[in-house]
Amino acid sequence: MKRIGKPLLFLVCLLPLLRLLWLAMTNGLGANPIEFITRSTGTWTLVGLLLTLCVTPLRRLSGWNGLIRYRRMLGLFAFFYACLHFTTYIWLDQFFEPASIARDIVKRPFITVGFAAFVLLLPLAFTSTRGMVRRLGRNWQRLHRLIYLIAFLGVLHYLWLVKKDVTLPLIYGAVLLILLALRLPTGLAMLTEVGGRFRQGGR
Amino acid sequence: MSIRKSWDVPESEITPLKVYRERRQFMQGIAALAAGTALGIPPMAAAGTKLAGVRTSAYRLNEDRTPYKGITTYNNFYEFGTGKEDPSRRAGSLITRPWTVTVEGEVRRPRTWDIDALLKLAPLEERVYRMRCVEGWSMVIPWVGFQVAELIRRAEPNGNAKYVEFVTLHDPKQMPGQRSRVLDWPYVEGLRLDEAMHPLTILAVGLYGEVLPKQSGAPVRLVVPWKYGFKSAKSIVAIRFVEKQPLTAWMRAAPREYGFYSNVNPTVDHPRWSQAKERRIGEFRKRDTLMFNGYGDQVARLYSGMDLKRYF
Repeated sequence: MKRIGKPLLFLVCLLPLLRLLWLAMTNGLGANPIEFITRSTGTWTLVGLLLTLCVTPLRRLSGWNGLIRYRRMLGLFAFFYACLHFTTYIWLDQFFEPASIARDIVKRPFITVGFAAFVLLLPLAFTSTRGMVRRLGRNWQRLHRLIYLIAFLGVLHYLWLVKKDVTLPLIYGAVLLILLALRLPTGLAMLTEVGGRFRQGGR
Repeated sequence: MSIRKSWDVPESEITPLKVYRERRQFMQGIAALAAGTALGIPPMAAAGTKLAGVRTSAYRLNEDRTPYKGITTYNNFYEFGTGKEDPSRRAGSLITRPWTVTVEGEVRRPRTWDIDALLKLAPLEERVYRMRCVEGWSMVIPWVGFQVAELIRRAEPNGNAKYVEFVTLHDPKQMPGQRSRVLDWPYVEGLRLDEAMHPLTILAVGLYGEVLPKQSGAPVRLVVPWKYGFKSAKSIVAIRFVEKQPLTAWMRAAPREYGFYSNVNPTVDHPRWSQAKERRIGEFRKRDTLMFNGYGDQVARLYSGMDLKRYF
């Protein structure tokens, strides 16, 4: 498991991209392909962020500390889909017009928060290497708590862009709230207890 | 890059429209025949059936028409769900025959029109119009229909009639999207009487020379080409002449974002996004949105002296 765990996760994380490529080649992206690509890469960025945030609660619950080894890859895949999402926007939506992009970022709240979330992801991605983790020491964890804010901005970005049906953004928001609540001392204690009891019962 | 392919398919790879539609027509013909035999419904009600006696009109835009498939699989029709492909997948549950349209309110001759009588109210003509959605995309659509003015003249509005209200069917059994409270059902739209009387304003009953598909608002819908798409109410069951400006579905849902007029206007942005450009379905680059969707010569006079930022 240790050997194949990471390569396996890597392939799984690539599936959303492979699906997009497959749909693009088979004319399956619908009448508005650019919108489809934008939505899809945005969705998988959010899913990636939430999956990254699942690692700590799952570790507590399962007692399987080895899970931590997969967190970096999940986070980097969230960043990867964020890059695709951002590239789709500046290329296929704005066609690299700096003035138009700047105006959009200032004027459109949903673009403002989406852009802020993307910018905040950059230092996290750049400090994801082992060397950086060592060098930053305790500050590394402080810096990487930014993911809470980033995920919140991501949900807000989604909520503010939909025309009327906010069901999906609210579901993402609820999942995020739960994942954050589980990080509070009582949440963590609860996870440890429930997990412990479950493991005992299973014996 | 392979991604390009999806919107830049070489001509040779596209199923010729004729073949594609014949295939559809064949399948739908069979389905309609089966249903028709069982229920005694004339098969001419089914989408894909050619409409007879359609005249060409002077209102035919000389721009590439959006392919039938795009027009009928990328729809905003929340009565069948909020996803773009929900209507094409789910509108099969809509029953378009029998169907009546009630004309009522401030008129001398109120009447309940049977849909088949309505189809014969005036000669059908083809109108090729731009369609600009408030979300920032557009299409070019060959509608078949007749001017709303024809119906209004027959109804003889009285002096109190200042506005016309268009009401969509409200039946969650046929329209599963209405089980969700995403909008306050039924869907209501409205026009000023002079807007409704304008020669560009039509009731559409067909698309590409054929009976209107359900996802496009069958059996009869409004088309107002210089306004954002949501003004063009679909699957209409009532046309009401009223004195006060109607409170439309989108005004009720988000009064800050959707006004009564909702004329296509590149200089008045939606509060959350720009309206300066649009993506024509099937095109790669965005194009500039035109004032009144390019129909300014015909309709600008309706709004002379009005502050269009205020009356958005």
